[in-house]
Amino acid sequence: MSNEITNILVVGVGGQGVMTATEILAEAAIALGHDVKKTEVAGMAQRGGVVSSHLRFGPKVLSPQIAPGTADVLLAFEAAEGMRWRHMMRPDALALINTGNLTPPVVELGLFEYPADPIGEMRASGARVYSFDASAIANELGNIRLGNTIMLGAIADHLTFSPEILEECVLKRFARKGEKVIEMNRQAFAAGRAAAAEAAKTQGAAEAVPA
Amino acid sequence: MAAVMPAPAQSRLLMSGNEAVSRAVWESGVKVAAAYPGTPATEMLEVISTYPDLYAEWAVNEKTSLEIAFGAAMAGSRAFCAMKHVGLNVASDALMTLTLTGVAGGLVIAVADDVGLSSSQNEQDSRFWGRFAHVPIMEPADSQEAYEQTKLAFELSERFQTVVILRMTTRICHVKGLVTVGERVPHVAAGFKKEPARWVMVPGAAQKRIPLMFQREADLRAEAEVTPLNFVDAGSDKRVGFVTSGPAYMHIKEAYPDAPVLKLGLSYPAPFEKIRAFAATVEQCVVVEEVEPLLETEIKAQGIKVIGKEILPRQGELAPHVLKPAIGRLLGEEVVEPAKKPVRAAAPLPVFPRPPTMCVACPHLGVYYTLAQLRNITISGDIGCYTLGFGHPWNALDACISMGASMGMALGLDKGRGEADKDKKIVAVIGDSTFMHMGMQGLLDIVYNKGNVTVLLLDNRAVGMTGGQDNPGTGRDIHGNEAPRVDFAAIVKALGVREERVHVVNPYELPTLFKTVREETKIPEPSVIITNQPCVLVDHYHGLKPFTVIDDKCTGCGNCLDTGCPAIHVTKRDSVVKPSGKTVDLAWVRIESSVCTGCGLCVQPCAPDAIVHADKVIQIKALQRH
Repeated sequence: MSNEITNILVVGVGGQGVMTATEILAEAAIALGHDVKKTEVAGMAQRGGVVSSHLRFGPKVLSPQIAPGTADVLLAFEAAEGMRWRHMMRPDALALINTGNLTPPVVELGLFEYPADPIGEMRASGARVYSFDASAIANELGNIRLGNTIMLGAIADHLTFSPEILEECVLKRFARKGEKVIEMNRQAFAAGRAAAAEAAKTQGAAEAVPA
Repeated sequence: MAAVMPAPAQSRLLMSGNEAVSRAVWESGVKVAAAYPGTPATEMLEVISTYPDLYAEWAVNEKTSLEIAFGAAMAGSRAFCAMKHVGLNVASDALMTLTLTGVAGGLVIAVADDVGLSSSQNEQDSRFWGRFAHVPIMEPADSQEAYEQTKLAFELSERFQTVVILRMTTRICHVKGLVTVGERVPHVAAGFKKEPARWVMVPGAAQKRIPLMFQREADLRAEAEVTPLNFVDAGSDKRVGFVTSGPAYMHIKEAYPDAPVLKLGLSYPAPFEKIRAFAATVEQCVVVEEVEPLLETEIKAQGIKVIGKEILPRQGELAPHVLKPAIGRLLGEEVVEPAKKPVRAAAPLPVFPRPPTMCVACPHLGVYYTLAQLRNITISGDIGCYTLGFGHPWNALDACISMGASMGMALGLDKGRGEADKDKKIVAVIGDSTFMHMGMQGLLDIVYNKGNVTVLLLDNRAVGMTGGQDNPGTGRDIHGNEAPRVDFAAIVKALGVREERVHVVNPYELPTLFKTVREETKIPEPSVIITNQPCVLVDHYHGLKPFTVIDDKCTGCGNCLDTGCPAIHVTKRDSVVKPSGKTVDLAWVRIESSVCTGCGLCVQPCAPDAIVHADKVIQIKALQRH
């Protein structure tokens, strides 16, 4: 991330909380005094369609769009969606991917196939990928809706600023929901950080292939 | 939404373009704001309705919203309306004459073009309306500009006594950026002044207003030459300079930071002398505008040498990665074509498409499941979530163009049928809000002209596609307060549909729905079948106990998949050869019980009764364990 502008691409499926997660990342960047622009195509997002949310921050952001091949970090809430947006990554970018699958009706109907190994295909294309099952972690913590806090935890140690600032912005979101909800999100954030750290340790060797 | 305390002046807020416009509308002392929901413009009125000290409403369509705003402007108040690009087509009848009367209080229309077609039926360029109606067009490039230009638009509107069009695009409406906000300045309404020669547009009066309209346009062109909204960024690299407007400005600054740029915030009427002077300072001058070559054509007609759509696409956004190859080629630079880049770095990996789907337990699922079972029908569709019925697995929508068009198209399909279609049954499908927006007149036409059409009026008590906004059919106003609720059965009867031909059906009761649709399509006169279950995303909806599949009982028939419910997932596939020699594909399923809301649609076509309430299974398993 040598550029002045940091490009973070957050992707997933409508209803997963992609846009909220990007908004929280934006709030953290603003708290640090950055200029920020955030964009997505939201029109039909809640209908289970593809969602990609662009976040750019730095001293002064002009175009809100991340150009293909320039994303510093790809945060994918769903495995095949990570694969779909792989071409947006810089050669040295990092992809943090939830291995959980969401199969759309067109796949259930047998019209298309879900890729057998999305993570493997991304790595084969030269991408550096840390993958972990955020959906399973969310279910273990008792609520699939914790998925986006887990994903934010996962990216927390791969940003240009400290994870504590992001955690603070996440928990601020739930300030009015009571201590129990805040605590669940605190745990989810920590679990996401731990999952990404574990993936970095065990999958670090797989990142050796340069683009 | 209830009014909340607006953020104090000088706050620096992360705002979408829609939110920024809304704040500026409030600060400008606007008294009346109206809109019909439409992506990407919807959030403007949603946000405005949360501000205090103004009147905000959901209008039944864009024409009505503009007429309401115009009425307030005649009364001397400041007024605002917002709409998506195709909405301005609907409102244009009012626009084309209120340009003659002009306004007393400031009147601004924010129109949102869907450049890139994220959620619309076309990609039209609304800036044409400025030329057609001889009214000014302002084009912000980001949220901060959207905020500032909205405030200036009201000043311009009052100074020149004209409606002002604020042209937004999806990439302005839905991009969030930082905005420094200010104070609300109340605006005092002058009061309506009776002035028939101005407000009553009969031919004699209109004739006298036309020269005034042209004079106003000339005055605005002179204003465009001097306004700080049209400014030059001097650049050091004079090989190419850009004349641009809207979000393309940011893309140019990103891609060519050293190039000179003439940025037009007030882009119509265009300041030709400013453009001529700018073009003379650069080696080549390129006009970068989304979508149509409007500025370009006008500039060329002035004898100013510029380049535009010869090298730039006439469709979609002009993002940096679109600009760079085109400008690179113009400069004679070597351009790496995407196809020639190393595969690893650039080529997208092949992944299945993920089109938007209807929601789990959506009341439209049963309707399209039913329509998909019927043979020999042509289905005339409309704008809304139910447009998705054209897709898999239903493939049960044959045409869709514009709001309310399902009615007229259906009548035309009936009256214009060829010999090959003589036994075809014509069905029209329309939602509650679309029916009230522009469908009622079409149904009246069907009745009056004795059309043979079966209308399915899908009343889900919400403007579903845009996020569940209220309308006259929901019983609530924009603030969520109680409002009179329209009676659809009474309306269609009043339009002349015979009482026996009007049915209100629960779309989750498949046998009743199927029987009603099949019988009504056989009867050669207009009939209306109203479905009456709410959108699952609004609070009228109450979920029931979730279902699950008993694995041992599932035979893989796949009937449940034909409902199209996204909670049903295939666990195993196989194919068998029947005694007749026909190969049949089998798909065993499971239901994602955590998202299932127990609508029971999939239970009905399940041949082996393998779908049961989830809690029942848990009980059975528990019993077995003990």
